[in-house]
Amino acid sequence: MSERAPVPQQSEPAEMRLDLPAAVKEAAIAALVAFGLFVLMIGIRTDQGPTGALVLTTRFGVLAAIVAAVFVAALLRATLWREAAVLIRHFVPATVKTATSGASGYAAVAFLIFALIVPVIFYSNRYLLDLGILILTYTMLGFGLNIVVGLAGLLDLGYVAFYAVGAYSYALIAQTFGLSFWICLPLAGILAAFAGILLGFPVLRLRGDYLAIVTLGFGEIIRLILLNWQSLTGGPNGISAVPRPSFFGLPFNSSDGGFAATFGLHYSPTHRVVFLYYLILALALLTNWVTLRLRRLPIGRAWEALREDEIACRALGINTTMTKLTAFAMGAMFGGFAGAFFATRQGFISPESFTFGESALVLAIVVLGGMGSQLGVAVAATVMLGGFELFREFDQYRMLVFGAAMVAIVIYRPRGLVSTRSPSVSLRAHKDISAAIVSEARTETPA
Amino acid sequence: MTAPPILTVEHLTMRFGGLVAVSDLSFAARKREITALIGPNGAGKTTLFNCITGFYKPAIGRLLLAHPDGAAFLLERLPEFRIAKEAHVARTFQNVRLFAGMTLLENLLVAQHNTLMVASGFTVLGLFGSRGYRRAEADAVDKARYWLERVGLADRADDAAGALPYGAQRRLEIARAMCTDPVLLCLDEPAAGLNNRESAELNAFLLTLRDEHGISILLIEHDMGVVMEISDHIVVLDYGVKIADGAPNDVRNDSKVIAAYLGVPDEEVEQAEAESRQ
Repeated sequence: MSERAPVPQQSEPAEMRLDLPAAVKEAAIAALVAFGLFVLMIGIRTDQGPTGALVLTTRFGVLAAIVAAVFVAALLRATLWREAAVLIRHFVPATVKTATSGASGYAAVAFLIFALIVPVIFYSNRYLLDLGILILTYTMLGFGLNIVVGLAGLLDLGYVAFYAVGAYSYALIAQTFGLSFWICLPLAGILAAFAGILLGFPVLRLRGDYLAIVTLGFGEIIRLILLNWQSLTGGPNGISAVPRPSFFGLPFNSSDGGFAATFGLHYSPTHRVVFLYYLILALALLTNWVTLRLRRLPIGRAWEALREDEIACRALGINTTMTKLTAFAMGAMFGGFAGAFFATRQGFISPESFTFGESALVLAIVVLGGMGSQLGVAVAATVMLGGFELFREFDQYRMLVFGAAMVAIVIYRPRGLVSTRSPSVSLRAHKDISAAIVSEARTETPA
Repeated sequence: MTAPPILTVEHLTMRFGGLVAVSDLSFAARKREITALIGPNGAGKTTLFNCITGFYKPAIGRLLLAHPDGAAFLLERLPEFRIAKEAHVARTFQNVRLFAGMTLLENLLVAQHNTLMVASGFTVLGLFGSRGYRRAEADAVDKARYWLERVGLADRADDAAGALPYGAQRRLEIARAMCTDPVLLCLDEPAAGLNNRESAELNAFLLTLRDEHGISILLIEHDMGVVMEISDHIVVLDYGVKIADGAPNDVRNDSKVIAAYLGVPDEEVEQAEAESRQ
């Protein structure tokens, strides 16, 4: 028998020690990476000279400044930041943490109250009202996609297809048959749900990446159909003069039978905007209510179980095909509602409004918000679209800011803004579950 | 003395390309008995389980399940979810498959999905909170609580399943399978990773399932302590072929089983090697 190796001494927690050489090394590597990234982007620049030929100018001073800044930032991060994190963990008592985790309920109520009074506060600010409508539209789309991606764990990159089906269904039905918004809205939702089932049947045997690619393709197919089926959709010209919504039969115009005259108000185009705002708010809240309700029903639990482990679901007698189809149909239906709203708000729709970028944006909202969290989706939609507007003056650098924000989220909150899962039922105490345990789709053969 | 069979496996063959995982296997598992399937690694035990529970479709053979009330099912013709839903065959997995991010209670409610779906009027009635559905859900929670108490996890009902220690996860998986009201319970290595005390508790629990609840159990197990102590009947597989079938005592003394499964004594190996060198 050989000598037993000495048992290693219990080392001090690494975070308590300040390792300066390692920090400098880390910072040097960061600076080197920054140099490699920026040497061609910032260090060298080509301009058009007076004779029309390209002139090479160098900006090594700026380059050096940036590399130095990265070095200092990385050094600070490696030294002070870690110390600060330890201190924070030490001095913030556990009660504060539990209080902040319980605050999400109050945050949701505050958010809702704010959403309700926005038209009152900003009545005269048309721009903000339009932004509010836009944010609520994407919140609703996020809620819808959240059913498919967040709850059922099916990665759908073509969600915009259902949005498009809803919008075109509304526009075509309302124009051709002259039906009112309130009749066309459910029809548009049903048609979108039907499209969801139609897509679902062939592709739901796929999972994960494969499903994502096929849904991506489906989104493009729908857009191309809209673009090329000239006789029905008007092709690239789209459909104009989509009927505008009326207040239960009272049109928003200056005529005698209009909304303003009936209620004895002075006619103002803002009436319609406020009405649209409350309309999309009601639709988003309906989506939210239905989703929260479904989560507590067997179908919602089956969706979440499906996300956790599909094989186990099948072994428990759950028809996974039907379960996935209902998730797809339900998500598509809400996408269709949002599409119908979009059509009636814009008054004009064309295939250009339904590109892959829209799907990506809605998916980003769901992922950023925290998969499966309703409040997270609402916050993420506000942050993303509000941020887009806020940084509008940065022009082309807007995407840079946006990208940096995304990288920060990935590093610091990889599970999204709201990263706990609230159980759908509890016996005694209601405890949230850390997202570290909650899994996304798994695929293997049973063993 | 001998009970009628609940599961009859006839000439079952399962191939994966050129590999024959299970070859012309026939045996019967009887009602209210614990039937153990043993054999070395790769003998085809889990493949057989996957055939019985519908995850694999066998190339040849018949799997006949007879319910106590007389209903009969040909399992090889049913998709896996209908085997669990209609034929009431429940299973656990070799590497535990719980819904890790859901609470223990939620895990057990998912197992009662089909009953609850009907009670919720396929979601329509449930959406509007009908009284019938709320009663059904309360019943489902009661049943879940009962099984949690049976496996000693009632005080952790609101914790995430993934946060449980390994032994408790195995017990929860059995409780979840029981919530589907099975007539045949297929357990894939339930004692793997358990310590002596835990596996003794598991033995007692499986015996009460058989005696009090009238469940027939099909068991894959490597732990001979468990197998010999609680099985009524043992089937031994080796390379997909049945090499022994009988009561624990007969199997224990079967020379083929000793050679294939429990190993050959060192002297015999040396002797055989010496003979082959000559």
